[in-house]
Amino acid sequence: MSAIDVVDQQQAPAGSRVRLGGFRGLSREAKIGAGILALLFLAGLLAPWIAPYGQNQINFTDIYSPPSLAHLMGTDGAGRDVFSRTLFALRLDLAIVVLVTYPPLVIGVFVGAVAGYFGGIFDATLARIVDVTIAMPFMVLVIAVIAIVGPGVKGILIGVPLVAWALYARLSRSEMLVLREQPFMLATVALGYTTRRTIVRHAVPNLMRSSLIYSTLDMVANLLLLSGLAYLGLGAQPPNAELGSIIADGQSAMLTAWWVSTLPGLVVVLFGVGALLLGDGLSDGKLRGTLQ
Amino acid sequence: MSVAPEPVLSIEGLRVEFDMPFGRLVALRGASLSIRPGEIVGLVGETGSGKTLVCRSVMRLIPQRGRIADGRILFDGRDVLAMRPRELRDFRAHDVGMVFQDPFSTLNPVLRIGKQVEETLRVNFGLKKSEAQTRAVELLRDVGIPNPERRALSYPHEFSGGMRQRVMIALATASQPRLLLADEPTTALDVTTQAQILDLLVRLSEEGGMAVVLVSHDFGVIAQVCDRVAVMYGGHIVETGTIEEIHDGAEHPYTRGLLDSIPRLESAGRPTRLPVIPGVPPDPADEVSGCVFRPRCRYAQPACETVSMVLEPVSPGHETACPVRPFAVADSALTARAGARL
Amino acid sequence: MTERVPLLRLERLTKSFALRRTVGERIGRSQVEPARAVDDVSFTLHHGEILGLAGESGSGKTTLARCIIRLVEPDSGTIELDGIDVRAARGAQLRELRRRMQMVFQDPYSSLNPRMTVGAALHEAGRVHHRPGSENGEQFVREALERVHLGAAVAKRRPRELSGGQRQRVAVARALAVGPEVLIADEAVSALDVSVQAQLLNLFLDLRDELGVAILFVAHQLAVIAEVADRVAVMNHGRLVEIGDAGDVLANPQDDYTKALLAAHPRPRLSGAASS
Repeated sequence: MSAIDVVDQQQAPAGSRVRLGGFRGLSREAKIGAGILALLFLAGLLAPWIAPYGQNQINFTDIYSPPSLAHLMGTDGAGRDVFSRTLFALRLDLAIVVLVTYPPLVIGVFVGAVAGYFGGIFDATLARIVDVTIAMPFMVLVIAVIAIVGPGVKGILIGVPLVAWALYARLSRSEMLVLREQPFMLATVALGYTTRRTIVRHAVPNLMRSSLIYSTLDMVANLLLLSGLAYLGLGAQPPNAELGSIIADGQSAMLTAWWVSTLPGLVVVLFGVGALLLGDGLSDGKLRGTLQ
Repeated sequence: MSVAPEPVLSIEGLRVEFDMPFGRLVALRGASLSIRPGEIVGLVGETGSGKTLVCRSVMRLIPQRGRIADGRILFDGRDVLAMRPRELRDFRAHDVGMVFQDPFSTLNPVLRIGKQVEETLRVNFGLKKSEAQTRAVELLRDVGIPNPERRALSYPHEFSGGMRQRVMIALATASQPRLLLADEPTTALDVTTQAQILDLLVRLSEEGGMAVVLVSHDFGVIAQVCDRVAVMYGGHIVETGTIEEIHDGAEHPYTRGLLDSIPRLESAGRPTRLPVIPGVPPDPADEVSGCVFRPRCRYAQPACETVSMVLEPVSPGHETACPVRPFAVADSALTARAGARL
Repeated sequence: MTERVPLLRLERLTKSFALRRTVGERIGRSQVEPARAVDDVSFTLHHGEILGLAGESGSGKTTLARCIIRLVEPDSGTIELDGIDVRAARGAQLRELRRRMQMVFQDPYSSLNPRMTVGAALHEAGRVHHRPGSENGEQFVREALERVHLGAAVAKRRPRELSGGQRQRVAVARALAVGPEVLIADEAVSALDVSVQAQLLNLFLDLRDELGVAILFVAHQLAVIAEVADRVAVMNHGRLVEIGDAGDVLANPQDDYTKALLAAHPRPRLSGAASS
């Protein structure tokens, strides 16, 4: 919308000058959120190089020592540096989170787009499958998969995507129902484009945005799921560090060595805050009309 | 009858600004207008001219991020901009009515039509329920809705666009206001319905002595019902006058350009190339020095870069903001005055 | 009037939409007459001709326009482009027929993909149909924009950065980029300001004169149609009630509905001056 349209149609502000592309065009919230996430991902990525100690460097002479310059987050019951463990855990956990969030997003968006576009029997069938999948108790399903495959990362990598795609499919399908009536979509048909091109090159890029915003929430949910499972002992097995297991280990010493559970816990919180700020910031732009 | 009646509405130097993330938009730049009682005045302009904001300012219904930065609005001598909330609510309820463009979204879809009219009668006039019901039916009949007792039980979506607009008009005129602001009331309607709604507005104005401000981008609509018209461009009023004066002898180049580009039925069979105003309307975020129409004006002089957008009389009642007066019949007094200004 | 082979021929075209029935009607199994959006419409469009299609909302003119390119499937009747049966076409043949009959939509704000730059959209149109010159993207886009009197700088912009008039021009450029013989302008100027509308109307006249495209100009405002059309067809509730040369139909209407439309046309309330 140009500036004239703001004045005349009294819609939410979005001038021809405001919508800068890329990073600079994001709201402040989104930038802060993105910054936090970038920091955490970077920390995880560079863990092998920046961690002062190994993730399983046991040192029984120095157990449960409080945070200090030598040990930024103190040490745990086996003398391991909590900070280093957290870094490695972040690395593993974030990798898993990305793997269980984004591939299902891509598949879900495409499936939903195709279903929404064609309608009819195909859509009806898919809608039912999606409904059933979403209705299933998520945790129960994942634990069931783990029961079959065995504990460890494998179970999560299989179990979560099995259900996660459905949410994106539902989101993308309902948006497609609206989108396909838009003149520019009709125009692609009128222009003699194939249906494939219409869906892939024209519809999907417009459908992605909602799903990407939702994925920030999804990442947080998945991280919490991961940590939860690890806490229960069903996640990555020791000695691999995982945020949930680190927190679980420190539980027994909560009253005396609070830092073992709390500080890694704060890292999880930080991730949540960053992701939600980003999601909020992105969707704010949408509500305000800068999507146009 | 020699004394001119006090204007029912007097707008002076109205300036409306919007504070946006990328800067400030000035949507109305010092508009002045006065409306006499019972008069029907048209406000014509294109997208971005600021015409809708004039009405909204009178009602003090400026959208978020906007504010009235300067100017006065006097209704029957009372300062509207200084009104306190209660007085303002009273003012909106009893003194002035507003009809919006889109009859589809300005009525509550989940309430029956009769109830919506009754509500305004009960809340604003303290009528008891049974009185309000009878009066509501009367009002619906007044605006030309057939079988009003039965139709009052209908929901908005069961009405056609024209009917809904009649209901809007009933709601707006329920209090017999001295002023009705009609913002593009017929734009969303078919031409046959449009004609009926315009006739209704004229009739209500004549019967109730109600002044009407009719905002439209369609000069044909304005020419059909208005006594006077103000032409707006880029946040300014650039010309005012009676319909004849504007239609036959517009003085401002924009007005001429606008009128020339209106399609005519008479062209049927001999399609002509309509003369067009080159370029696009100004962006409210830009500041243009001098005359706001200058970039697109074929009669622009170098001095136009510093001229201020002030309305000067051409003849009594006919004013233009163009000092160049390229169309003026050679009149020594006029050209001398124009020359002195340049 | 010389015999000309029509470019586009419609015969007895019909399209009905089933109406929703209320619960009571469903239970009672009552028959509800489907709404006939297009009712037995026939006309022809010749090479290089501009045919105005007039009617109010609900007259079926937009449904008719969409039936022609099968955005909506007609129930019965014939549509022939250059003698080829449009209704029987499938797949690649249908896409090729569509290429030859391009549509420009009413709403400039939603007829362009908001996520594509103007240049990308225009280039895509050329590439998909292997138009001559489409291998050289920049040149192709520049020429496409020139045809609608837009500068090359517009190519890098996204629709949201353009005004309504500019967006419509881009929509026209996109339609022309695939080399059609027919343009269907479906209320293409109705959402534009008067002065911008005038520019677009002149553009349509130019395109007909320079490129020889035939235009089916759908609009609800008779004056707009008067400024461009050679012949005029009037629709009312799905039926074609009158058709003829623009000068005849708009000055000497035969049908009552046409007369009513013309009578309702706003006329200046000028004292003394004869209103037309």
